[in-house]
Amino acid sequence: MEYSPPPFFKRGPSLLTRFTFFSILSVILLISDARFNYLQVLRQSIAAVVYPLQRLSSLPGGLAGRVGDFFVTQSQLQRENEQLKHQELLDTGALQVHQALESENQHLRQLLGMRERLPREFIATEILYAHRDPFTRRVVVDKGFQQGVKAGSAVVDESGVVGQVTRVFPWASEVTLVTDKEQAVPIQAVRSGLRGVTFGIGYDGTLELRFMPVNADIQNGDLLVTSGIDGTYPPGLPVAVVSNIERNAAYAFARITCTPAAGVSSYGQVLVVSYDGKLPENPVTDEEPGPRGKRVKK
Amino acid sequence: MNFNWLLPPTGSKAPPQEILLPVKTRYIAVTLLSALVLNLFALPGVLQQIRPDFIALTLIYWVVYHPRRVGFLPAWVLGLIMDVADSSLFGQHALAYAVLMYLAILLHRRIVMFGMRHQIVHVFAILIASQFIMLGVRLIASADFPGALYFVPSLLGAALWPLLFNVIRVPLRPRSNPDAV
Repeated sequence: MEYSPPPFFKRGPSLLTRFTFFSILSVILLISDARFNYLQVLRQSIAAVVYPLQRLSSLPGGLAGRVGDFFVTQSQLQRENEQLKHQELLDTGALQVHQALESENQHLRQLLGMRERLPREFIATEILYAHRDPFTRRVVVDKGFQQGVKAGSAVVDESGVVGQVTRVFPWASEVTLVTDKEQAVPIQAVRSGLRGVTFGIGYDGTLELRFMPVNADIQNGDLLVTSGIDGTYPPGLPVAVVSNIERNAAYAFARITCTPAAGVSSYGQVLVVSYDGKLPENPVTDEEPGPRGKRVKK
Repeated sequence: MNFNWLLPPTGSKAPPQEILLPVKTRYIAVTLLSALVLNLFALPGVLQQIRPDFIALTLIYWVVYHPRRVGFLPAWVLGLIMDVADSSLFGQHALAYAVLMYLAILLHRRIVMFGMRHQIVHVFAILIASQFIMLGVRLIASADFPGALYFVPSLLGAALWPLLFNVIRVPLRPRSNPDAV
């Protein structure tokens, strides 16, 4: 179907050649990104160029929101103020108890010779927009490595874990939500102390607690908090609430569905928790000789 | 129901050959850049998922009506920019746009012979082919099928084709009235 011009018109390489060239180039990029993660620098530099455009195009939406904010009635503001004061009173009470407990905990840990709990730092950020990529669950927040955000930090809102920072750009960073298909969070059930790992399902905003035996001590309504054993998420942050359990003896594992504790699909302010859980070295290393005596030559 | 009022007056016949001003490269760059801004525009919720790909549409327009003006390279670079902006796999949009350019160049002599209604069908075919490329890439890279809503952007994009056709041509129409003299 292609009509190639007569050879005396110089028109560069043929359509098929150009198409093949650019396709192969794209496939090379695809493979190096998906398999080897080579292209962070290229991605960051393009992101730095596109960033002004992105801010420009998110401007009208933000402006509309601000105009909406301007026309809030006084009674609404008063009501909100009242609510916030009430909440603050409750929080102060809880905080005082928390401080007492913290000092007691520190004291006890010192007595028992255990590792001290590590301090956490919070960076307040705002969610700019959700990504258009329909295959993943990601949002972009307005702080990047210029403001000290590091890849791998946990992101929380007022009621629990929202996700994890996966890519950091100069003035923005990308947060993969806990409901993303490839996002795993190590958790512990508060009631029974059982450890496990939740995975996002991807399409309907729920989480799945995988690899739990059929007779595991998990009930509907159990709160799952981060266990902290990975050194990435600080321990004790609420992740999800168990909403449905199917125990079928035909399968090795129970099918446990959970609802995220945080407002994962809402927009607003979130906190990036930088936490450097310096874990002791893993005692099981590759250096030990395997059963067949194979070892890595140095 | 008759929807002819939505379309240019010619219906299924080819749109009349207009005498347009010569296209400046700067104008092509401006249209592609505005398409990029439209693509990056933050929209709430589901609207974000069903937004048509304006860059793809604009590229198709330029390739169909001025096939010598836009090459593979700008399309491919725009694809890379979209990959970064969407944080999809690097090269996913680039590959899709390469396929789109190939199909559009292959079909451009054919498309201009048709009227708007039939052009829409062609544009839809090109758009959906590029979306299938992206879907295939992501399925290979172990993603899940995101649901039937995934194909809505192609439908909307094809439906927007007559509008885009007329909007792009507005600055190209000669401003002076030939009957004035």
